[in-house]
Amino acid sequence: MSAGAAKTAGFAKPANSPVSLTFALLVLGGVGSQSQISALNFTRAAVGAGHRVMRVFFFSDGVAAGSAQNVSAPDTDAIAAQWSTLAAAHQIDLVVCATSAVRRGILDGGEASRYDRAITLQNGFEISGLGQWVEACLLADRTLTFG
Amino acid sequence: MGTLHIVSKSPFASSALADCLRVCGEATILLIEDAVNAAIANNEWIEPLKRDGLMVYVLQSDCDARGLSQRIDSKFALTDYPGFVRLCCEHAPVTSWY
Amino acid sequence: MASMKKSFLLICRRAPYGQSLAREALDVALTAATFDQQVAMLFLGDGVLQLLKGQQPAAIAQKALDKQLAALPLYDIEMVYVEAEALQQRGLALSDLALPAQALSADAIAEQINMHDVVLGF
Repeated sequence: MSAGAAKTAGFAKPANSPVSLTFALLVLGGVGSQSQISALNFTRAAVGAGHRVMRVFFFSDGVAAGSAQNVSAPDTDAIAAQWSTLAAAHQIDLVVCATSAVRRGILDGGEASRYDRAITLQNGFEISGLGQWVEACLLADRTLTFG
Repeated sequence: MGTLHIVSKSPFASSALADCLRVCGEATILLIEDAVNAAIANNEWIEPLKRDGLMVYVLQSDCDARGLSQRIDSKFALTDYPGFVRLCCEHAPVTSWY
Repeated sequence: MASMKKSFLLICRRAPYGQSLAREALDVALTAATFDQQVAMLFLGDGVLQLLKGQQPAAIAQKALDKQLAALPLYDIEMVYVEAEALQQRGLALSDLALPAQALSADAIAEQINMHDVVLGF
């Protein structure tokens, strides 16, 4: 029998409780993966129900969502634009994992200048470390992964 | 409160659902994306999903997308994104299998 | 926030090297540990292969994951679990692994999942 910690107090919300919860999302799928759309749809439903989505952290292949270079299919908004619109309307942090990002060609001004590359990060996103995801896990009531 | 397990890959293409079922015990499972294939009536995953102690939900819009709306086993509860959000509120922790 | 502590369980299901997620999961574990969180790792299904001793991935331009995982105790990550059935299915024993691990039955795994605050699947 291991010495796993008991669940932290304060998370046992009763069923049918009308309280507003705070969510943090981890998104791992690339732009071709349905996980990006599922995460967007979930976010819309969560804020629509009065909950807060404090942060969406894009990790591994999921960082592709933060590229300003993606050209979407006709009549569709690019994934990156959908996220930044949603984030602006609901004060959601969009964070792209630094290591995953540079490996996959997603760079902000600082990284672009450091590695002598073009800036590719979509407006509304920021590049940061995994600490932002761990912090989100601590602050949120629920964490969800879309992979 | 109990754990919510979200499975998003087809059981015919990935071990995600098999791995989840092996270790989840009595729990609530939500099938989304390609995992809704596991809920097609008469397929080989119906029996494992109907074992005692499991509560299975299926995301309707993913069934509709795949032309499966009329083919889902009637024992499973169809839900929508607001229902998905509610399930997350009513369960802790929430974990994903993909 | 500095004093906030939650219990994290990382469920690792993938074999190493075929894709990057095994290494990325380790990054999450180490970051949580440096934030002074309680971190447990569960290797399930193909994930048990991540712990196999003697990996030599130089020819595929990778760093040995078993060596990196063997350093978990240096980060105070000592709760390392493997799925007993997964080991058996793959013809492996605890002695084949690069660090001490506790083999868990399915029931024990369900209990671990249910008792952690944050359960991240990779």
